[in-house]
Amino acid sequence: MSQSKPNVAGDRTTAGPASAVLGRAAQAIPGPLIGLILVCAVFSFLSPYFLTTRNIFNIFSQVSEIGIMSVGAALVIITGGIDLSVGAVLALSVMVNAWFYRDFGIPFPLAMLAGLLVGTFVGFVNGILATYGRIQPFVATLATMSACTGLALYVTNGSPITGFPDHFSTLTRVRLLGIPLEMILMGAVFLAVAFWLNFRPTGRALYAIGGSEEVARLSGIHTRRVKVGVYSLAGFFAALAGLIVTSRLDSAQPTAGVNDLLSVIAVVVIGGASLAGGSGGMLGTFVGLMIIGVLQNGMALLNVSPNLQPVVIGGAIIVAVMLDRRTKS
Amino acid sequence: MDTDVPAETGLHCRGLVKSYGKIEVLKSVDLNLEPGRVCALIGENGAGKSTFNSIIAGVVQPSGGSMWLDGAAYAPTSPSDAIDRGVALIHQEIRLLPGLSVAENLFLGRLPTRAGRIDRAGMEEQAREVLDSIGVRLDPRRPVRGLSMAQQQGIEIAKAILRRPNYVIFDEPTASLGESEAEHILGLVRSLRDAGTGVIYVSHRLDEVRAIADQVLCLRDGESVALWEDGAPKTQAMINAMVGREFTFGHHAPEPHRDQVVLKVEGAGRTGAFEDISFELHQGEILGIAGLVGAGRTDVVRAIAGADQLDRGRIEVEGREVRVSTPKGAMEAGISMVPEDRKGLGLNLDRTAAENITLPWERELTRFGTVMPGTVEGIGRDQKARFDIRGRMNLPVGSMSGGNQQKVLLAKWLVHDPRVFIVDEPTRGVDVGAKMAIYEILRQLAAAGIGVIVVSSELEEVLGLSHRILVMCEGRSSGILSRADATPERVMALAVGD
Repeated sequence: MSQSKPNVAGDRTTAGPASAVLGRAAQAIPGPLIGLILVCAVFSFLSPYFLTTRNIFNIFSQVSEIGIMSVGAALVIITGGIDLSVGAVLALSVMVNAWFYRDFGIPFPLAMLAGLLVGTFVGFVNGILATYGRIQPFVATLATMSACTGLALYVTNGSPITGFPDHFSTLTRVRLLGIPLEMILMGAVFLAVAFWLNFRPTGRALYAIGGSEEVARLSGIHTRRVKVGVYSLAGFFAALAGLIVTSRLDSAQPTAGVNDLLSVIAVVVIGGASLAGGSGGMLGTFVGLMIIGVLQNGMALLNVSPNLQPVVIGGAIIVAVMLDRRTKS
Repeated sequence: MDTDVPAETGLHCRGLVKSYGKIEVLKSVDLNLEPGRVCALIGENGAGKSTFNSIIAGVVQPSGGSMWLDGAAYAPTSPSDAIDRGVALIHQEIRLLPGLSVAENLFLGRLPTRAGRIDRAGMEEQAREVLDSIGVRLDPRRPVRGLSMAQQQGIEIAKAILRRPNYVIFDEPTASLGESEAEHILGLVRSLRDAGTGVIYVSHRLDEVRAIADQVLCLRDGESVALWEDGAPKTQAMINAMVGREFTFGHHAPEPHRDQVVLKVEGAGRTGAFEDISFELHQGEILGIAGLVGAGRTDVVRAIAGADQLDRGRIEVEGREVRVSTPKGAMEAGISMVPEDRKGLGLNLDRTAAENITLPWERELTRFGTVMPGTVEGIGRDQKARFDIRGRMNLPVGSMSGGNQQKVLLAKWLVHDPRVFIVDEPTRGVDVGAKMAIYEILRQLAAAGIGVIVVSSELEEVLGLSHRILVMCEGRSSGILSRADATPERVMALAVGD
């Protein structure tokens, strides 16, 4: 893991021909990619329905919520931190959005904006606590996770809110040129962040900070400012994922996102990032996301008990990380 | 391979070979070390010293050759095997657990117990005894966190001695220590020797070698190139053997422009670190800062470079007052600093050399807001050529030798030339060849009109490079000497506060 810098090699060619992308990916994140190809091969053999366009779009739709959150989580993990609050932030932002719209009669777009702002603000608080507050990110985000979970329940005393404008709930059913909207949104997020991580000075600084914060600071990088930004971004993406959830369910659930945290961290880790910081990237995270998505989708197609699915995911984490270690050293 | 059984006593190695794949890193090296003698092992980085030590200490197994220990065949399969046979290696890097007490660190892994509980009193008693025996005054109950490097090094030595070894290998024990602490370590080595222990002593500091060695073995490129059996020879002879060519400090940088003050520091102070530091640095001048470890040399330059906050005093660059509260601020004011700890503060060893070099400059390297990989590689290539860096710029910098890493570190801060260039311990852990190259770089910078500040624990280095020397003692400036006045004796006198 110590020598990994997968994203730089990987994402550089995202815009290039598909074969080049695969070649780079094979070099940069061999373990996860082999894993993904393997599970795809197995499922396409076991289920004739698996490799249909319709099902593939389905997979993308299903993972879009986790996917957008994973982008933020990956950024935090690259800096050597961790954000446990993403799921709780999703729930809180969803509830604030619905609550403002229903109980205060605020126009829906503004209520949406409020939800996004709340998510970003919690991320900002995480960042301040983890940097200027000198609290370990694990502890700081554990605290905000607890607070957000409670607040999300508190605003409506635990009951969900329904009755959103029609145009909002149809968003997750609309397709653009046959592609689901949430898939486009997720793709845009991945591409924009990949560009930022690889080509913008601040994005590239995340790797320096994760590698050694003091080296980065002495190199003239405002490490604390950058980290606050990264945690804020993670909060924003959690809130953005919340919009997809609300639209899909056509209701705001105070317990939305509670099960997402482990999936999100699993995605980032399967994608080749090290919790020690300094490595990881968008291409890896995307492959990790696909592994989780394909596993869940494939097991559903094969009628595997939902209670067994987390066991398989746990196995996948171990196998992917071991393959990654082996092929990199 | 020599098969005769050597003498009844001593550590004897015959034709030790170590190869990794096709690469031979050690080519048939012999050693004869009698109890109560000190064998200094010298050589540039990469000469095979560490491999040689690792074989004797059981860390790695040789590919060929044989060893005897006090008349019996000796082939340790692990470090604990070697320790059981009475051979201890004291690593250059300190590996203590900061949260545990001194005594707990000493007895780590084999804490003494009485009636099923840890025998703290007994352990602390024994710890005090062994620490006293090597003259390290420390309370065994206090945690290791916060102790100086010299004190921690002392604990490492105590830890090895606790097992009563007959042979001890010191791997550059003084690399991160100042002169007086180093002197203490040398005293320790002498007392071990007088007690009948055989010592292998690795050091880049040849004055130390001259002070304690009974015999000197010099390695170069994995081969034994010279062996002196009766004490150490002249420094120059050892250097020539190490590098295979002549070494000199070379010419001095040209005289600075005394009328052009590039940096002026007035009454600078940082609570708990240093007070009342004032000096002027001229264009093209090399100012050395000397003093014992802990005198505050590093603190002063860190504050000037914005790494720490200055509590009092003012700084002027070319006549304009500047406020440096961050490293970025200092860079913008024209002050760059190469920090002392290459691995912890200077470079990100997992990233490529080129990425390390461009890290401070990325904002200026953008084109249409983006940093292009080609730009980074291009600057890497330019700096590689300018500083004669040997190694691939697109590989993690951790894979380079110490000397080349140090060149990369200098190159990182010289993508754009600053007005004031500060280097802290510029040649620590660097071999002689790279040292000469680094001195030449510093002289060229001064010749180009940059003000250079050199902080170094090696007196020889400060004297050889600087136009003037500021000597510090306990956080204060105890005097500024011109080159003509600066003898080693006068600098040391000021450093210890006479």
